[in-house]
Amino acid sequence: MIEIGLGHYLTLAAIIFTIGIIGIFLNRKNVIIILMSIELILLAVNINLVSFSIYLQNLVGQVFTMFILTVAAAEAAVGLAIIVIYYKNKGSINVEQISSLKG
Amino acid sequence: MLAHSLFFYFFSTIAVFGAIMVTVSRNTVYSVFFLILVFISISILFIMIGAEFLGMIMLIVYVGAVAVLFLFVVMMLNITEQITKRSSRKGLINNISLGSIIGVIIFLELLVVIGGWKYKGTFVPLSNINLNQYVSNTHALGNILYTEYIHLFQISGMILLVSMIGAITLTFSKRENVKRQSYFTQIQREKDSAVSLVDVESGKGVKIDD
Repeated sequence: MIEIGLGHYLTLAAIIFTIGIIGIFLNRKNVIIILMSIELILLAVNINLVSFSIYLQNLVGQVFTMFILTVAAAEAAVGLAIIVIYYKNKGSINVEQISSLKG
Repeated sequence: MLAHSLFFYFFSTIAVFGAIMVTVSRNTVYSVFFLILVFISISILFIMIGAEFLGMIMLIVYVGAVAVLFLFVVMMLNITEQITKRSSRKGLINNISLGSIIGVIIFLELLVVIGGWKYKGTFVPLSNINLNQYVSNTHALGNILYTEYIHLFQISGMILLVSMIGAITLTFSKRENVKRQSYFTQIQREKDSAVSLVDVESGKGVKIDD
């Protein structure tokens, strides 16, 4: 309990991952919160990689975390651009009103 | 060792609280702020465990760039009117039940993986990790990032470039009634179309036709 091991970090990552998953389902207000939940999920993955990298004394995990960080930043930029242009076209980013694909 | 565990529990509690508040809070601006809180506490955890370069990068990239981007978009779009609008009650209950079922299932699966898995003997306890005094974390990361992983590093730069161009072309809108500089017509202009030489007789003026 006192000694913080790998399991503690993995459990923290699992909790944050689950909160991110639930946040995607729970949210009915707007798409931006869904993007934030995706960021939370990526953060949980990063915690896993970094803690494994430290406890295995292997730096490759941290290198991989940097690539995940890059992709997360790119994804956030493109996703927010899509949201902005959707808002410009439709005037709303409410999740319930985005149903064009339903036909 | 006691201080490490105390700090771990403190910051991880803050992170979990912030993550819950990101999804639950009704105001989107508050959720962005809670997202920043989560990122800061997780980056402190990273710095504490010994990955200080990643912790700092996390602060710079997430808090400094991504969260501010979210904040700008939230402020630019007028979302506040949608918060007051009541969403349909029945769909909300449906979603909560479905989401919590799926979330609990995923969490239990992760716990089974974490708890039932025998750790290898090569895992060192945190007290036995010997950090090299002479090579910092940043130095060691740079040593392998610029040698073994240089191609992946370049490709990640290309990903950033592509996403930047994509974001610009998505949100770019051509406005009417705006005078713009047109480079090609300026460069293609010849002397014949621009200048005409006239012999002027003395005593008479020049009639310039326009």
